[in-house]
Amino acid sequence: MNPELDYILTTRKLSLGYDRACIIEQLDLAIPTGKITVLVGPNGCGKSTLLKGLGRLIKPRQGTVYLDGKSIATQPTKAIARQLGLLPQNPAAPEGLTVRELVAQGRYPYQGWFQPSSPEDDRAVEAALDITEMAELGDRALETLSGGQRQRAWIAMALAQDTDVLLLDEPTTFLDLAHQIEVLDLLYELNQRQGRTIVMVLHELDRACRYGDRLIVMKAGQIYAQGSPQEVMNASLVREVFDLECRIIADPVAGTPLCIPIGRKVALE
Amino acid sequence: MLHLRSRFFSIRPHRQVSQLLAILTVLIAVFLVLSVSYGDYPVSPLDVLKTVLGLQPSDADAAFIVNTLRLPRALVALLVGIALGVAGTITQGILRNPLAAPGIIGINAGAALAAVALIVIFPNISVSFLPLAAFGGGLVVFASIYLLAWNGGSSPIRLVLVGIGFSLMAAAVTNILVTFGNIYAVSQALVWLAGSVYGSSWDEVRSLLPWLAVFVPLSLVMARDLNVLNLGDDIARGVGCPVEWRRGLLLVTSVALAGGAVATAGTVGFVGFIAPHIARRLVGPSHGGLLLSAGLTGGLLVVVADLIGRSAFAPIELPCGLVTSAIGAPYFLYLLVGKRT
Repeated sequence: MNPELDYILTTRKLSLGYDRACIIEQLDLAIPTGKITVLVGPNGCGKSTLLKGLGRLIKPRQGTVYLDGKSIATQPTKAIARQLGLLPQNPAAPEGLTVRELVAQGRYPYQGWFQPSSPEDDRAVEAALDITEMAELGDRALETLSGGQRQRAWIAMALAQDTDVLLLDEPTTFLDLAHQIEVLDLLYELNQRQGRTIVMVLHELDRACRYGDRLIVMKAGQIYAQGSPQEVMNASLVREVFDLECRIIADPVAGTPLCIPIGRKVALE
Repeated sequence: MLHLRSRFFSIRPHRQVSQLLAILTVLIAVFLVLSVSYGDYPVSPLDVLKTVLGLQPSDADAAFIVNTLRLPRALVALLVGIALGVAGTITQGILRNPLAAPGIIGINAGAALAAVALIVIFPNISVSFLPLAAFGGGLVVFASIYLLAWNGGSSPIRLVLVGIGFSLMAAAVTNILVTFGNIYAVSQALVWLAGSVYGSSWDEVRSLLPWLAVFVPLSLVMARDLNVLNLGDDIARGVGCPVEWRRGLLLVTSVALAGGAVATAGTVGFVGFIAPHIARRLVGPSHGGLLLSAGLTGGLLVVVADLIGRSAFAPIELPCGLVTSAIGAPYFLYLLVGKRT
């Protein structure tokens, strides 16, 4: 671990699994404060499971997740929800729910049974709508929006939660390229302007390298490599982890690593 | 936008919630008066109002007819409808399934089984035990569904499927009781099973009212929980909702309301299914406004159904449950067909 960085989210000997299958075993991990960390790895490597474990959606078999130095298992779930927001993969909203109604639900951890919603709640909802540029669409039903707008609405809901840490599971799946970039740019701005710590699972290595301050490469439930994209990405890692031959070049726009797969079509010619 | 805030809960009217609630209240009042005034011995609506307000009606017999015979029956219809509407909204919300009304996941069938068992096996027992028996029956079915469907957290689809199974089983056992029971007790049970507010008195009003007084407000304070549960378990957990116990408490609330309604009027079909659908179309899926709207819609439905049941083929009376099913079943089909296209 780099001693110059603060780590807001850490795990100690964390084991996670479903039913009998153990997916992650004895994992030690540290997520740096105020950075964008991207989890990458092949299908089934446990990256989504790890994200769920970090977000206390699944109970650890063993080990502990620490948020800001305190175990999340010993804190009330509402208290955690005020520090850590999360967006699962492909969330679904009931038909007819408007963007503003959805975003307002991000205020749940600040409200109680006998507590009316406060002006502070209203401000947080409007702020979340503003920063995601969803204010004008606030009264539209979710199902009438484009995929990118819908994803921005869900992100706005997580933002209304007003947490320092945001966990996102594949926030760009099912979006076309332009909408993917739109969502990733939004997350980058949130990180830069508001200093939010972002942890996300991404499938596209190039986007992970472009937007991540730090990559965590996973294979078979273990961390295979971690560090900045420049430190981590190379052809032998892609071969080992993804079982794919490739060349790594510098992204001509951003200078970050770009993975060019070789594939049989070219190799055979 | 209008914000209603009180010390205990805040309801933010979505689109036209407050207008809708006002319209429903007026419609309910109108149909209550019509229902009480209609009958073999008509009482003018003005006399109905006078009697209810404690003034001297022009017709001397009106007071007896209104207060003793017709008003309690109309009020029971209203309360049963409200209970079923709210109960249906809760189950549809937490199971994230528009088909999951208490009648469909077996809660009503369990409640009915317990009540029929009470009538048939212990014919001499006081009717005032019916609500408790029905609540108990509904709760047993619900607890069994929940335990069987439980697998490290209960998935909505599993709950619905297991619920349908229990619904069929409870109906089968009810049939056995009806087939082999004492003929007089069975005929009483059959009238009741068809879903009727026939012969309701102030006793029924008094036995049903406490259930509503406790569980309708409880459902309203849990509207936010219902809203986040409606977005899926992961989102609900993510915003800090203790999912399992909130869902459990909401289901108990739903069982209590459905059980209370079933105990009083038998299985008044499809109200718990339709009322939330109609209300959702009018005010959207946010539960703060939806629960109240669906409750009042349910109340209006049963009051109107009872009036239709009494007037359509007079002097023959149809049980209101038959009327709601006659309206509800086609609506159910309409929804299914509409979903496909």
